[in-house]
Amino acid sequence: MRYTAVRDHGIVVALAGLAVALSLSTSTFLTTGNLVNVLDQAVVVGLLACGMTLCIVCGVFDLSVSAVLAVSAVVAVLVTRSAGVPAGYAAGVATGTLMGTATGFVVALSRVHSFIATLALSIVYRGLAVVITGGAIVYPRAAQLDPFQSLSYPTVLGRVTVPTLVLAGVAAVCWLLLAATTLGRAVFAVGGNAEAARLSGVRIAPVRIAVFAVSGACAGTAGLVLASRAGSAQAGLGSLLELTAIAAVVIGGTSILGGEGAVWRSLVGVLVLTLISNGFNLLGWDPTYKQVIEGLLILAAVTLDRLLRRSAGAP
Amino acid sequence: MDVALDGIGKGYGGTTVLDGVSVALRGGRVHGLVGENGAGKSTLARVLCGAVRADAGRVLVDGEPVALRSPRDALRHGIALVTQEGAIVPGLSVADNVLLGTRGALRARSADRDRIAALAARAGFALDPSARAGDLPLVHRQQVEILRALARGARVIALDEPTALLPAPAARRLLRLARDLAERDGLAVVLISHRLEEVLDACDTVTVLRDGRHVTTAPAADLTPRDLLRAMVGRPVDVLYPEPEPVPDDAPVVLSVRGLARGTAVRGVGLDVRAGEIVGLAGLVGSGRTETLRLIFGADRRDAGEVTIAGRRVAGRSPSRAMALGAGLVPESRAEQGLVLVRSAAENLALASLPERRRFGFVRRRAERSAITETADTLGVGGVGRPAWTLSGGNQQRTVFGKWLVRSPRLLLVDEPTRGVDVAAKAHVHRLIAGLAARGVAVLMASSEVEEVLGLAHRVLVLRDGRVAGEFPRGASAEDVLTTAGLR
Repeated sequence: MRYTAVRDHGIVVALAGLAVALSLSTSTFLTTGNLVNVLDQAVVVGLLACGMTLCIVCGVFDLSVSAVLAVSAVVAVLVTRSAGVPAGYAAGVATGTLMGTATGFVVALSRVHSFIATLALSIVYRGLAVVITGGAIVYPRAAQLDPFQSLSYPTVLGRVTVPTLVLAGVAAVCWLLLAATTLGRAVFAVGGNAEAARLSGVRIAPVRIAVFAVSGACAGTAGLVLASRAGSAQAGLGSLLELTAIAAVVIGGTSILGGEGAVWRSLVGVLVLTLISNGFNLLGWDPTYKQVIEGLLILAAVTLDRLLRRSAGAP
Repeated sequence: MDVALDGIGKGYGGTTVLDGVSVALRGGRVHGLVGENGAGKSTLARVLCGAVRADAGRVLVDGEPVALRSPRDALRHGIALVTQEGAIVPGLSVADNVLLGTRGALRARSADRDRIAALAARAGFALDPSARAGDLPLVHRQQVEILRALARGARVIALDEPTALLPAPAARRLLRLARDLAERDGLAVVLISHRLEEVLDACDTVTVLRDGRHVTTAPAADLTPRDLLRAMVGRPVDVLYPEPEPVPDDAPVVLSVRGLARGTAVRGVGLDVRAGEIVGLAGLVGSGRTETLRLIFGADRRDAGEVTIAGRRVAGRSPSRAMALGAGLVPESRAEQGLVLVRSAAENLALASLPERRRFGFVRRRAERSAITETADTLGVGGVGRPAWTLSGGNQQRTVFGKWLVRSPRLLLVDEPTRGVDVAAKAHVHRLIAGLAARGVAVLMASSEVEEVLGLAHRVLVLRDGRVAGEFPRGASAEDVLTTAGLR
């Protein structure tokens, strides 16, 4: 069917076209250094987009991810100071997961629309980060700085960075979760038609809480990556990245209405956004126009999706 | 003014709703449009009024082809639709609703109110133009919509099942108004209705649709209700239903309900269904049929009462307990409650039995494929890999049944088993229900079509105002059932 063909592969064609255009118009794009750099730049939004994919497929939004990211990063640094680097890493991911779970409980139990509930919680969480840090930048102890930053180093695998591998791992887990588990099936069903899912014996609240927990874990991991790159953390870390993550998910072709989508799509969406930004750098274009292009791209992706749906007579 | 629909075709996804339908409407006449659920009556009316765009065919006004891309276009040509519930803006006054969309955002002035009051008086409505529309009872909301059509100077008015929700006296008044509009004012009126007698009474000409096709158009004077019924169904009416197997005397009671209640919808329903027995629930709109089924399944929380399935009490307010005891619910609306339309039919079939095929949290794909293939083959549903919305209504409905068949249910609660499916699929669903009962499944089935309940069930319980008002054996007359249900 034409509808499925365009929807499934249009974005991949766009990504390939972008890559070809950049290879032809610059001499620097196809160098190892640049490609490693592109992947590394895609990591933070990529991690957030993995969790966001599950949320959006499940029919909910998580606007609290960047705030969760900040709190997790701050907690990771503070725990590192008192208990060492491994404990700090673990605490960062655990904080993200716990906060995500809490968000899930609030959304599931309050029955407030997730958009509003997570918007409110993101303000609460951001405030929490300010309270914990007292508004200051927090650092690991001087002796810990090197091991703490090791998460952001290149590896022996063609100098691909550790964060890139972390993203690959997290994406694989999220992909399996969504595509191969019974929980994933429930996520699709709840996002597609919550009432039909409920009347088929799917318990909706636990499913929603689970996707928020995954989203929180992804945000916590992203917080670790940012903190280890910077060698510090602060309350304002990663502000507004949730919007970039949602944009990447939507550009990838995951339905904003829920019930349809895939993790790989969001990764493609993240790469498209990263390549655009990389292209502006390599071509020496004025970066002020970058946002205009990105915004139009999001609009185009959603409009295309809607047009294809209508022409196919979808509900 | 004459309006002709010429060769209208319309499809949604994989379903053809209208297929080359032609109807000619004339000023001064009331034109009846009848057909079963899903025959395409409402879609045709919506095409006429610009609410739905046809895939094929054209609309001619006084012989000239016109493009009706929106209700606004249709209104400009003097064509208006009046819906069953009345499409009104609840927060605005009656007068504002009548003038809605005629000029800017201005509220009605006192001159307008007078004009509307005069218009209402002429139509025989007692409506206060300054009343808040949302506070009006259903009858009056419909009147607001009719006034809106008249205020715009509509020359063609389509009434979509205008009497379905009205008490008898109000329905009679509305039909008289339809006749007046045609005879006195020379309007062309389209009347869509399920009540065949009233159609024959009120209309000059009647068109019958079946499965989206035009069957016949004839003067009402030459037709009897039986003629219409035969044309609607396409075969002699009485051979339609399969004879259910008799229930063995020693068949155990599978479902037992006592004193079931919730709000004003269900007020103390008690019933028993034995293994292999089909029990029908009949009743008018609002009698509590759907609510009763949902309460038994645990879809809603009950205020009082006891539900026992296979000797075990069902507690809790989620369907999981009833499902664990072997119950399944085929809900009233497959699009809203039965299916996840954006997902494949296969995923829908698997949805209710996912935990049965889980290993370490993963779906056992091979087991799933064989379970789905078996059920889909039994039901004759093809193309299970495609999204459910691309399936025909009949296949969608069978998929909802299939979701439960994968689990081998002990008790099936069925609400409106054949709403919006074509005649062939309808017969298939009926055979399916009879076949399940023959294999020992207890079936509790509610339907708004009394003939369906009477034709399929071993016995029929009639609900009225949330209580069981009577019980009839198989073969009872539809008249008696409807009288007990409170009609007329």
